[in-house]
Amino acid sequence: MSSAPRTNDDVWLVVPLFNEETVIADVVRDARHTFPNIVVVDDGSSDHGADAAASAGAVVVRHPVNLGQGAALQTGFEYSLGVTSMRWVVTFDSDGQHQVSDVLAMLDKARAEDLKVVFGSRFLDDRTSPSFMKKVVLRLAVGYTNLTTGTKLTDAHNGLRLIHRDVVERIDITQNRMAHASEIVAQIGEMKVRYGESPVHILYTDYSKSKGQSLWNSVNILVELMFR
Amino acid sequence: MSPLVIIQVVLIALVVLVVARLFRSRGARAQAIRRIGLVVFAAFAAVSILFPDVWTTIAQKVGVGRGTDLVLYALVVAFLSFTVTTYLRFRDLETNYTRLARKIALSDARHRDGPSAGDVS
Repeated sequence: MSSAPRTNDDVWLVVPLFNEETVIADVVRDARHTFPNIVVVDDGSSDHGADAAASAGAVVVRHPVNLGQGAALQTGFEYSLGVTSMRWVVTFDSDGQHQVSDVLAMLDKARAEDLKVVFGSRFLDDRTSPSFMKKVVLRLAVGYTNLTTGTKLTDAHNGLRLIHRDVVERIDITQNRMAHASEIVAQIGEMKVRYGESPVHILYTDYSKSKGQSLWNSVNILVELMFR
Repeated sequence: MSPLVIIQVVLIALVVLVVARLFRSRGARAQAIRRIGLVVFAAFAAVSILFPDVWTTIAQKVGVGRGTDLVLYALVVAFLSFTVTTYLRFRDLETNYTRLARKIALSDARHRDGPSAGDVS
């Protein structure tokens, strides 16, 4: 892709895993062509996804019980902080929604513009086509997040993020369930570090749709955020 | 001030107080106040069994009219406060539980991959 090939040895993909046995191996194998370091945090899955991820070449950290996606991300952060050569962490979904090429673009952007964090956004180009209702809810969510955290983002609930080690060290996700996305934005907003956004393409496959976040969950997220 | 206004003010103040507790830090003092409140509540419950009219007397003083209504209001406030306290308790518990589980997960992973795993490059 680029003229001077980078090895990406200093990049760690953090992949929370919960009952994604059918796709995780392909996701890991595909991503490992570009990013050799992947830590999959198995969040107490009842299937054999963790074994599939391990045989596909990922480091697997297993939660003894199910704690939630936010907790899994924090575990992945803490694992990768133990690796001294780690400079960047990427939060990456296990269900195949995210593209490796988008991550490369985020890395290029961060390095070129000296950013500490790059958030993925579905709304910077028109590759991603969420349903109308989903669009409305996501817009409301980003409005609420911008209002309460003082950040200016176009898509606050995107699972694809690139975070520099300095920032990972200071992040402490306490929202175990879905409200962690807003919590991450809020904590980064408070740090006053340079951040940016990069367009990403989310694949809403039939598979991801069948598992996807129900819109009712946005109500739950709001309650979790309010009753901190 | 008409008696009805008094009870309205008192009830709204109590509800606001309970909700405000959500956002305040809670420590030994809050816990002590809760316990004192519980003792007073229990004592008053005993008194009101012996003298059922005591509720009606108080109710009329604050403008509610019937003692049963006052009991209902008191119950609503008590229940709300219980809900909030329990919610916060569970949140604290969950935080500790998460830390514990994470520690186990990380130390297991390090063990499995050998002490220098991930640190080789």
